[in-house]
Amino acid sequence: MSTVTAIIKRELRSYFATPIAYVFIVIFLIMSGVFAFYLGNLYERGQADLMPFFNFHPWLYLFLVPAVAMRLWSEERNSGNIELLMTLPVKKMDWVLGKFLAAWLFIALALLLTFPMVISINYLGNPDNGVILASYFGSLLLAGGFLAIGSCISAATKNQVIAFILTVVICFLFLLAGFPMVLNFFKLFLPQVLVDAVASTSFLTHFESITKGVLDLGDLSYFALMMAVWLYATGVVIDMKKGS
Amino acid sequence: MIECLNLTKQFGHFTAVDDLTFTANQGQVLGFLGPNGAGKSTTMKMITGFLEPTSGQIKVCGHDIAKNPLLCKDKIGYLPEGAPSYGEMEVGDFLYFVAKMRGIAANEQKNAVESVIERVNLANVYYQDIDTLSKGFKRRVGLAQAIIHNPEVLIMDEPTDGLDPNQKHQVRELIINMSKEKTIILSTHILEEVHAVFDRAIIIADGQLVADNTPKELEKQSRYNHAVSFVTELDTGLLNEIKALDCVRDVAYDARLKETTVFPSQGLFIFDDISQFLKSRSVKVNSLKMESGRLDEVFRNITQDSREREVVK
Repeated sequence: MSTVTAIIKRELRSYFATPIAYVFIVIFLIMSGVFAFYLGNLYERGQADLMPFFNFHPWLYLFLVPAVAMRLWSEERNSGNIELLMTLPVKKMDWVLGKFLAAWLFIALALLLTFPMVISINYLGNPDNGVILASYFGSLLLAGGFLAIGSCISAATKNQVIAFILTVVICFLFLLAGFPMVLNFFKLFLPQVLVDAVASTSFLTHFESITKGVLDLGDLSYFALMMAVWLYATGVVIDMKKGS
Repeated sequence: MIECLNLTKQFGHFTAVDDLTFTANQGQVLGFLGPNGAGKSTTMKMITGFLEPTSGQIKVCGHDIAKNPLLCKDKIGYLPEGAPSYGEMEVGDFLYFVAKMRGIAANEQKNAVESVIERVNLANVYYQDIDTLSKGFKRRVGLAQAIIHNPEVLIMDEPTDGLDPNQKHQVRELIINMSKEKTIILSTHILEEVHAVFDRAIIIADGQLVADNTPKELEKQSRYNHAVSFVTELDTGLLNEIKALDCVRDVAYDARLKETTVFPSQGLFIFDDISQFLKSRSVKVNSLKMESGRLDEVFRNITQDSREREVVK
């Protein structure tokens, strides 16, 4: 466990060694504010909740999380550093986990910095802070899901741009899977059971159910399973690709 | 100690390492020689546990790396080709990080880092970002991380590649100083290094082991071994006379250097004969010397032989 902690610390320090981390946080804060107030009409709705704020998180994450995830592994492979990492007496999954957790913590920090939202809405009215807390939790899980996908794609290519684009596409598919448009398409040739299965793989359905304030075990285990599967896949991809 | 048994690595249909068997002993610097793409780096990557062999077995200090990868990695220090590291980190931070990952106890980390900084001479750049360092310093940082845990086995992929002569000298000194209590494997294609550092050299060509010997013995395979050369004006009659001597196999004349080289018949020592012969004919000679074998020639012969064999196949 101490190695995982050391990896997390090193990764976080390296994020803040360059301006990229600050740029990311500023963009995240500005965009989430812009979406909530201008597109979501947070004020005009006249309701004391943060739905307009959280509703845009999946779309915000769709581009920002792959930007964080793209360098996780592709940079290590590109610089040849992976040879160093994989010959240290450390388990491969410690690296996968450490790098993932560091990136997740970083996004959590950005998310935490949106706290003025919560203060404002409490000042303006009497929101259900339980729902807000659950929504934050859901938002973090969603980011974790995207990040795990990004980690795996990043391990598959040395090129960060390719990693970014592929991650956006795959995350987009996982978001879309819950949309009626997509489900109707699958209904054309799949039995209902499988259509339901497709629907249940959507990030969106599970995220929305959490932001309603219901912490359902199904939703939680969906995100946990999603992350576990993609992180395991990261390990497999690293083994497949490290020689090339 | 490192034992490799029938080591083979295939990438798709390409065989990078082909049935390699050798042992590296403690207290010995074992050198990998071979043309580019011969499989030196791939072999090292397998020994360090980075790549899994397609078939064959590797034992590090008696432990099978396939069964005990972490234990084996713990005993090995590895300097990969090009000495990669985290460029955005400071030298000191990077070494502390490696110390932590190597599982060095918290109260010993400071000692380990300080001792390695001193040994590799990094004190002046302790607080500098690795990205901003010169090639020589970067290489030394790579070397520092490889020996920070005082490993029993040290594996270095072209440790002196791209360094200036002074830096090369430093790195070699360091290697020789460590060689007594460690098993060291290093690859190079700088042949001058072979004499300076290696106790034993393995020549690999097209993934196969084509020679395994001490540098001295390898040199003996050269036709230049015990050859005698002297500088004088060209005199064809004289050359023919020398060539006719019993102990002489062949004579070569280099017009640019005005140097005549006399090759002895198998294993004979002809310096005295030639010198007496020249004296008896009172030939005016500018310099007269005995050649030692030329490694580059042996290297070329051995590795090209294997190329040709490949073509015949």
